[in-house]
Amino acid sequence: MAADDITQEHIALMKDVLIQHVPHARALGMNVVNARRGEGWLSVPYREDLIGNPQTGVIHGGVITSLLDNACGIAVQLALPERMSIATLDLRIDYMKPATPKLDLMAHTHCYKVTTNIAFVRGTAYHSDENDPIATCVGTFMLAANRAMPMPITSEVAEEAAALFKKNKDGAA
Amino acid sequence: MSEKVERDINALMQAIPYARFLGITVDQRGNEITTVMHFSEKLIGNPVLPALHGGTIGAFLETTAIAQLAFEIAGKSLPKPIGLTIDYLRSGRPVDTYGRAVITKQGRRVATVHAEAWQDDRSRPIAAAHGHFLLKPADEPAGS
Repeated sequence: MAADDITQEHIALMKDVLIQHVPHARALGMNVVNARRGEGWLSVPYREDLIGNPQTGVIHGGVITSLLDNACGIAVQLALPERMSIATLDLRIDYMKPATPKLDLMAHTHCYKVTTNIAFVRGTAYHSDENDPIATCVGTFMLAANRAMPMPITSEVAEEAAALFKKNKDGAA
Repeated sequence: MSEKVERDINALMQAIPYARFLGITVDQRGNEITTVMHFSEKLIGNPVLPALHGGTIGAFLETTAIAQLAFEIAGKSLPKPIGLTIDYLRSGRPVDTYGRAVITKQGRRVATVHAEAWQDDRSRPIAAAHGHFLLKPADEPAGS
């Protein structure tokens, strides 16, 4: 298994699972910026309806929770040899500092261990410098969590995803 | 006696844009509050099951804890989360979710809160969270 290969399947998976078929991710405007085997980089653009403190304009901690939860799930999917349904078992988040108003949120997550039943992930939320984090998290995910089939991927979705991924990557560069 | 001003927690929550975005209201009865996250399509994380997004449940528990702190501890500014650990116990179905929180320890600067979320049956919670919150206003948005 080539360590850093991002296959078409992975890209389609992210686009499909993250944007196309997750209403909450869509509602927050979540975006996959980059990906690697077991790692994901996601963004949420600043928006006024996501504010948690109307006096300061700081984004609500819950947005960071959603972003990290989703980004952790993506990292797990990118670490698995095949697609399966997963469920968050627990997630711990430490808030280091408030997000700066008007700046977009970024999250980088890494699934560093997969066992038969459980996947272990850690991640960071930040604006532009990962070494100056807004929040960090650790989480565990249950694999093959329920009997439901994983969400389907069509070839159209895969192509769309590849285009979107390329666009995001070019935009970020 | 005149010092004691009844706080309208629901109005306080409605002033938070993200709480409105998630559709969270507060039901205040006497000295107890229950938070309600009204179901809407945008809360879904897994449309196949379907199930609520884990992030929305986490955000809801965090808001529940903040509402409880605002209800019990009068302060000029909202408490700030320091850390939150969420246990996901059952998948959240596409219906309304209810939440209650208990302040397990209140210090001068930090409070410890336990929050639970359930749907039809309170004895079968879908998630629980344990968190620390900063009560004193310390850091404003990073100007650094």
